[in-house]
Amino acid sequence: MKITLKLFATFRNGRFKIAEQELAEGTEVRQVVLSLGLTEEEIGIVMLNGRHGELDSTLSHGDILSLFPLVGGG
Amino acid sequence: MDKIFRVNMTDLTTKIEAVPAAWAGLGGRGLTSTIVAAEVPPTCHALSADNKLVFAPGLLTGTAAANSGRLSAGAKSPLTGGIKESNAGGTAAQMLAKLGIKAIIIEGAPKTGAWYNLAVGLNGVTINEEKELLGLGNFAVIDAVEARLGKKTGVLTIGPAGELKMTAANISVKDPDSKIRSHGRGGLGAVMGSKQIKFISIDGEGAKPVTIADPEKFKTAARAFSKALLDHPVSGEGLPTYGTNVLVNILNEAGGLPTRNFTTGQFEAHDKISGETMHDTIVERGGKPKHGCHAGCIIQCSQVYHDKDGKYVTSGFEYETIWGLGADCCIDNLDDIARADNLMDDIGIDSIETAVMFGVAMEAGILKWGDSKEMLRLLTDEIGKGTALGRILGGGAGSVGRTYGVTRVPVVKNQGIPAYDPRSVKGIGITYATSTMGADHTSGYTIATNILNVGGYVDPLKKEGQVELSRNLQIATAAVDSTGMCIFVAFPALDIPECLPALIDMINARFGIALTGDDVTNLGKYILKLERDFNQKAGLTNVHDRLPDFFKTEPVAPHNAVWDFTDEEIDEFWNF
Ligand code: SF4
Repeated sequence: MKITLKLFATFRNGRFKIAEQELAEGTEVRQVVLSLGLTEEEIGIVMLNGRHGELDSTLSHGDILSLFPLVGGG
Repeated sequence: MDKIFRVNMTDLTTKIEAVPAAWAGLGGRGLTSTIVAAEVPPTCHALSADNKLVFAPGLLTGTAAANSGRLSAGAKSPLTGGIKESNAGGTAAQMLAKLGIKAIIIEGAPKTGAWYNLAVGLNGVTINEEKELLGLGNFAVIDAVEARLGKKTGVLTIGPAGELKMTAANISVKDPDSKIRSHGRGGLGAVMGSKQIKFISIDGEGAKPVTIADPEKFKTAARAFSKALLDHPVSGEGLPTYGTNVLVNILNEAGGLPTRNFTTGQFEAHDKISGETMHDTIVERGGKPKHGCHAGCIIQCSQVYHDKDGKYVTSGFEYETIWGLGADCCIDNLDDIARADNLMDDIGIDSIETAVMFGVAMEAGILKWGDSKEMLRLLTDEIGKGTALGRILGGGAGSVGRTYGVTRVPVVKNQGIPAYDPRSVKGIGITYATSTMGADHTSGYTIATNILNVGGYVDPLKKEGQVELSRNLQIATAAVDSTGMCIFVAFPALDIPECLPALIDMINARFGIALTGDDVTNLGKYILKLERDFNQKAGLTNVHDRLPDFFKTEPVAPHNAVWDFTDEEIDEFWNF
């Protein structure tokens, strides 16, 4: 299956902004995070199709996954 | 001993008063709102002699506590018709605190057309007639005051918008680089203009360090507090690196980035105006990605933005301004948005109200969607010069909506709704609806918990838990706004258990008292209820605690969310 992966803020350093990824059925967000060389603790916000997701959310074909470090403003 | 400086602009007299016992434990917002509620008739015209303009540094301002240098300004707001407190950084708050000035109260209004400046110093305030600087922009005023009185002089000033009493006018505060921070919201610049005061200078000569009852205890608490600020990923790393503008991409992903005057929740060109792009641009052009709005800020969310030639364009370039002129007006040119930010500082007009206003103006057909050049022209030639059109625009989003017959006007209590769509981030909708300030994200920043996973998580698209979340945050914020602290200390305070006790310990050590966490919560509740009572007497009741109808009837993409709280559910907010 294919998903779209978007990275933000410091996660872009040395990586990319947006990329298509070919993944095995049933892949979880956590596996994608680790494959990027990121640790679970570094993840601030997981967004799956514009809704908040979890590290153990299971991905499906066509999903848009966005990963953010803990950042904020106002 | 701390004192109150009172300035009467009707008979042009000034007085130094002792601090009444009831005000001794108050500072910042708690003090400005208490004074306004005690001394301003709620039904008065906000631009009449009966209104009073009050400035007060916070309880910890002037001490070594990190991030404590904010100044509160309060009055009845000409924009909302209710009570207003707006706080800002800059150099003024710490100077006032070190001069032992608990508050400055400016009352009355001149009987003639003459304009004045106020000179504040250790021994009181003098009122001087001012002719030379009338009509000038804020940057020129700051330069001229420094040339007249010295580089170190503190300055509070209004631009042409304030002189013309536009209801979106702000009060500018000189920052450590002689640039500008603003008491932005609610038209306080028009109140200063109605008193015919062009600027207030502050002479720090003779200032002394503020007294600390228990210096050892203070030092320990201050250290723990700073550590919490630096340890939290948002205040320690996120804010200094990307500023507040990192939110563009986050809100866009969450579908809560109001776009094209609140008709959709995502902006195609989001990446061009994002914090990530801004950071890279600033670094590439030799600007400063991090910068503090006052000495003692260790978070440094501010920045200095340069143009292509490496020349200064603006600083303190905030998410709300960039969102408003960017996504909400469909402008994808960050350089033009930066130019507009600088113009708004110079003219002295609130960058949030004005950005929301331009979205409504585009809907009204005054200018085309995305036309940044025409936006810059309207700022310079119409608002800046005070033409008839400029005065309509300078009245804010509600003013333009009424004048041009627009029905999609995002305001609550006539104050423009900022940067987060209340349909897809419902907690902030409760804050917009119920805040005593009119639509104001800072008064109960539920984005922390709805979007940023700070202080737990409450699903932004569901109704459950939002009223309670907003209530708790509004109570805490009212208390924090009284300390002189920047509101971004809330991020560590929500997550790091040592942070809030350290803040309370600093207050206790400063005054030799023994406040508990409950006392601080009670202070927040007291402030909200006092402000609410003023508003009710001014005619703003629970029927004004509502969002505009279009939020109920127009679903917003991508989640097709509507505002679905009943009136009774919203009114639950005040059950405390
Ligand atoms: S974090 Fe930002 S707003 Fe807060 S005090 Fe520092 S520069 Fe000012």
